[in-house]
Amino acid sequence: MSVTGVQGEERDEYSKTESAQIRARSRALLGSLLAPLHAKLWVTAAAIVVSSAAQVAGPALIAYGIDQGIPALINQNWFPVAFAGLAYLFTGLIGGVLIATYIRISARISQAVLIDLRTRVFLHTQRLSLEFHESYTSGRIISRQTSDLDAIRELLDEGLTLLVRGLMYMVFTAVMLLIIDAPSGLVLLASLIPLGILTRWFQLRSQAQFRRSRVASARLIVQFVETMTGIRAVKAFRKEKRNEEEFGRLVEDYRGVNARVLGLFAVFNPGLALIGNTAVAVTLLWGGFRVVDGSLEVGVLLAAVLYTKRFFDPMEDMAMFYNGYQSASSALEKISGVLEEQPSVPDPAKPVDLWKAEGTVRFDGVRFAYTPDRDVLPEFDLEIPAGQTIALVGSTGAGKTTLAKLISRFYDPSDGRVSLDGVDLRDLHPKDLRRAIVMVTQEAYLFSGTVADNIAIGKPDATLDEIKDAARAVGAHDFIESLPNGYDSDVNKRGGRVSAGQRQLISFARAFLADPAVLILDEATSSLDIPSERLVQQALQTLLADRTAVIIAHRLSTVSIADRVLVMEHGRIVEDGSPEQLIAGTGRFAQLHAAWRDSLV
Amino acid sequence: MRALWRLRAFVGPAMPAFVGSMLAALVAQLIALTIPQVLQQIVDGPLANRDAAAVVPLALLVFGLGAVEALLYGLRRWLVVGPGTRVEARMRNTLYAKLQDLPVNFHDKWPSGQLLSRAVSDLGLIRRWLSFGLVLTVVNVIVIIVGVGILMSMNWLLGLIFLVCSLPLWWAGYRFEGRYSEKSRLSQDQAGDLATAVEESVHGIRVLKAFGRGKHALSNFRSQAESLRSTEIAKARLDADIWVWIMVVPAIALSICLTVGIWLAAQGQLSVGELVAFFATATVLAWPIESIGFMLAFALDARTATDRFFDIIDSENTIVDPAEPRSLDRPRGELAFTDVHFRYQDSPERFGDLLDGIDLVLTPGETMALVGLTGCGKTTLTALTTRLYDVTGGSVTLDGVDVRAFKREELRTHIAMAFEDATLFSASVRENVLLGRPELAGDDPSVRAEADRVLEQALAIAQAAFAYDLPEGLDTRVGEEGMSLSGGQRQRLALARAVAAKPAVLVLDDPLSALDVTTEAKVEAALREILASTTALIVAHRPSTVMLADRVALMEDGRITAVGTHSELLRESEHYRFVITSLEEDARLAATVEDPGPDPAPETASQTEQTIAAEFEAEARAERATREEATR
Ligand SMILES: Nc1ncnc2c1ncn2[C@@H]1O[C@H](COP(=O)(O)OP(=O)(O)OP(=O)(O)O)[C@@H](O)[C@H]1O
Ligand SMILES: Nc1ncnc2c1ncn2[C@@H]1O[C@H](COP(=O)(O)OP(=O)(O)OP(=O)(O)O)[C@@H](O)[C@H]1O
Ligand SMILES: [Mg+2]
Ligand SMILES: [Mg+2]
Repeated sequence: MSVTGVQGEERDEYSKTESAQIRARSRALLGSLLAPLHAKLWVTAAAIVVSSAAQVAGPALIAYGIDQGIPALINQNWFPVAFAGLAYLFTGLIGGVLIATYIRISARISQAVLIDLRTRVFLHTQRLSLEFHESYTSGRIISRQTSDLDAIRELLDEGLTLLVRGLMYMVFTAVMLLIIDAPSGLVLLASLIPLGILTRWFQLRSQAQFRRSRVASARLIVQFVETMTGIRAVKAFRKEKRNEEEFGRLVEDYRGVNARVLGLFAVFNPGLALIGNTAVAVTLLWGGFRVVDGSLEVGVLLAAVLYTKRFFDPMEDMAMFYNGYQSASSALEKISGVLEEQPSVPDPAKPVDLWKAEGTVRFDGVRFAYTPDRDVLPEFDLEIPAGQTIALVGSTGAGKTTLAKLISRFYDPSDGRVSLDGVDLRDLHPKDLRRAIVMVTQEAYLFSGTVADNIAIGKPDATLDEIKDAARAVGAHDFIESLPNGYDSDVNKRGGRVSAGQRQLISFARAFLADPAVLILDEATSSLDIPSERLVQQALQTLLADRTAVIIAHRLSTVSIADRVLVMEHGRIVEDGSPEQLIAGTGRFAQLHAAWRDSLV
Repeated sequence: MRALWRLRAFVGPAMPAFVGSMLAALVAQLIALTIPQVLQQIVDGPLANRDAAAVVPLALLVFGLGAVEALLYGLRRWLVVGPGTRVEARMRNTLYAKLQDLPVNFHDKWPSGQLLSRAVSDLGLIRRWLSFGLVLTVVNVIVIIVGVGILMSMNWLLGLIFLVCSLPLWWAGYRFEGRYSEKSRLSQDQAGDLATAVEESVHGIRVLKAFGRGKHALSNFRSQAESLRSTEIAKARLDADIWVWIMVVPAIALSICLTVGIWLAAQGQLSVGELVAFFATATVLAWPIESIGFMLAFALDARTATDRFFDIIDSENTIVDPAEPRSLDRPRGELAFTDVHFRYQDSPERFGDLLDGIDLVLTPGETMALVGLTGCGKTTLTALTTRLYDVTGGSVTLDGVDVRAFKREELRTHIAMAFEDATLFSASVRENVLLGRPELAGDDPSVRAEADRVLEQALAIAQAAFAYDLPEGLDTRVGEEGMSLSGGQRQRLALARAVAAKPAVLVLDDPLSALDVTTEAKVEAALREILASTTALIVAHRPSTVMLADRVALMEDGRITAVGTHSELLRESEHYRFVITSLEEDARLAATVEDPGPDPAPETASQTEQTIAAEFEAEARAERATREEATR
């Protein structure tokens, strides 16, 4: 089994090599995220070092004040006292200011990392092919980009601050302790051994749980997103109760994983405290003997005990944020997996420019299958000369949409090549490809936002007038104007605010505005009423005059504007000819056409 | 903090655990506070007397106290593990159930990412706060109070200095609260918006790909992410400010205490041991005090999350089950619309009702086609039958009983729908088709046999036998929203789903739009059989679909303006002819009746096209320049 990309993502146990592979790629990702931030990182590191040093100096100053100040003051010498007091104040000030600086800079760092990561994941998901999206599901992609990124944000936001600060604090405390009283320092160092063992134990035990927790939360999100997307069907078919059970089960899984993680903490945490308190007691005992011996000052003993105690102070927070760390690193593992996925429809390495496409589309020996065992389009050749309008008809499931998806390069053919003006689509510059070929898909998806924004997807820098012209051309202008805010009306998520036919008109206006050399319309008028369809067809007649077009439609009225008709059956083009020819013949199309004519009024 | 207080309803049975956890933490902290006292004993006793033997029991006492403290730490966490996570789970389930229960118009209004971010990150935050934040806050506050008390009792002067000098902290905290809350809300809302952007970029990926607009979507996403970033940075700035206070104020207090304390000790008013104990105690207080800033921010974030949670829980559900539901055993299937008025909630005053007095009666077993122009309100009308929306006036009745008098669940067993868009779920074909028949879900052989029979029949009617040929037959998962099927396949499964539910009334919204003519004819033939015994309301755009119907209702300007058979309406209604007459028919008529003058629409179109083409040229040129620049 492989763990490349998102494979094996749902597992929580990996073999050693797999683990190493995953860790290596998430480390590489982290490295590349932090690389541009080195300068800032150094500044923060400096701020942490100095501020921790300042904080750590506190007990030493108290010790100095007590040991030197009291005798000196008895001799009317104020200097040591004043020095201790002022120095203490000064360290506090420095510490405070530096911590504030640190928090600010680290927020900048963490936000920079996040935005970088967000952008990368977003871009990469957009680059990944439909094939990937169809199997990975949107819910999981969404969970990668929301809850996984949340986990990382938590670590960066709070976790890192306390983790790093705590660590520095501990190091300085240990150093100070070694300086003022080496034996106490040794006690502390000795306590690091059980500390290390305990931490390692925790790390090993918790890692699998954290991975499981990412998987469980992704499942939760998948279910949630699907319910909310299909809320009408959920209601209409009374799926609420069943969904609640299903969701309840997923919630329980997630809860269980979380509870197990927290349960580990309930052992880890007191373990830390126990080690710390033991170290304090030992320091006290040993130090006490030495004070009695006269080899140690009381003040130093106090400082040693305070330092030992303080050394363990940040441990609890560190443990809490070790949690964040583990959770974030599991999240990073998953995200790095997605980023490692290679699009199966990759951008060309050496793109060929095609500034102005003529619009000749050729299929040479093309074969296509969604799954290896089932050819949807057996091998075929086809040439669509520039400027030709093709009507692609055939029974449902014949493969019309699939053929269209090959032209617009949603998929690459399994064998053979599809080319535009002689350039293999796989080599064509993506920008030129998208500008030259536009497909209006069978499902008219609208984004939440205004009508104008939605149409402008066809041409982002279009002026409002251009947008209106496009809408007018497809006969959408009137209804848009009658919306509460005209072109600025929000269409709500998925265009829920407008009717199905209106959605199609908007999608259509979008394509009109994009003005491509090759236009593919997949059932673009299926939900329209006949008068609107009529308008659209009129618009098409002018729109398609000098461009290549593939029109997929079950309503054969489209055929009247086509130069050529292709009839598809089970993935094969069974008839090919001009409409008149085919209608006059005795083939499939003649039958279809007759049936269709009969179905008319 | 009232919002947080409301959480107690969800904490409920877990309350003792939380209190226990707090107690454990409190005792642990108090023990930590007694350790300095023991220290004082050691310094002033054995160490002053140089008595090595006496050190041992006291050191052991310190160890013992430390061990108990550690145990209590464990207890503190262990107690809340179960309850804490259960509270989160309970809240999550409640939220989900509430969302499913809320009417469609709520979902129309709310961006999906906002719901998601509430259900996932907000609730996680609340759980963490309840289990750690709340416990630690309460404990730390008590520890600080007790600690200051101890300081006062050790030496009132030093204690008082410490206390007075700490007062500005409260003021800083108060100011912080106001500002931080605002940012916290903003940032959580922005995170929700970002989630929405993510969701749409994934769901709309086909459009983005078709137009090559990935980059464009990215720039929108970026700008949202940037605003979130700046909110977060503003939050961090506030956080940094409060940290300055929290670090500096105690430092001032302690430095004064140090100076005064040494002076007092030099005067002999204070023993060295007491001074040591004072500072040891003050040190124990250092972390609780420093944690104030963090805890405060944590609590404020949790409060925001709670507010956001209750935003939804408090949303009023306008479509609920009646207090005393009516019930029908075997509805005959008479569906009647009486003076039905409806308007969408966001439609402005100046607009009339979308449905403006619909009167229509479907007699039992009758098939009625609903015909009207795009956007005239057909889908809206169908949604009223199962109460996806409620009428704003008039009534819809089933067998004479107002649909609002049924329980929603029952109503929706009597009436089944097929929507314009198929909305399949990522489950097997079997599960999708049997969605309306939960009683057929089991693995019991007899149930299974019945399920297979129903499936076969439904698939046969919808001409969806292709499902048997899918890679894993009826157990093939259809992929998200059925995207691994062709458009017509999806639509047929959705039709089969409605048919399989065996309702008294079938409501089909443009159910054949994605089918080819031959398949359409077959579906029609099969449908006609079941439609003989089932009342059906079928939205139709094509004459072929209309043929299915016994009668046709024509919708115009929010009313039913004509009802009759297809041929009657063709004869009598001009609007009907306009709506349903096919293109060719029309062309033929046009050719005979009048000379078709030049159409204005194409002209505008070609003009537009010319400008667009010109601009395209310019754009291409500009881009070529930049691209060449880049390669050079
Ligand atoms: N993403 C996919 N994964 C696997 N199989 C698919 C996928 N999309 C389509 N298919 C299958 O490929 C075949 C052809 O589908 P296609 O969408 O091209 O049909 P179509 O001719 O457009 O039909 P319709 O008129 O119903 O839209 C169908 O059998 C379908 O089930
Ligand atoms: N959720 C909504 N909120 C506000 N207005 C809406 C909403 N849904 C639809 N509308 C508006 O109400 C009108 C009727 O919409 P409806 O979907 O019922 O039309 P329809 O008759 O089904 O059209 P089509 O034939 O295109 O499906 C449209 O003008 C639409 O813009
Ligand atoms: Mg198709
Ligand atoms: Mg509709």
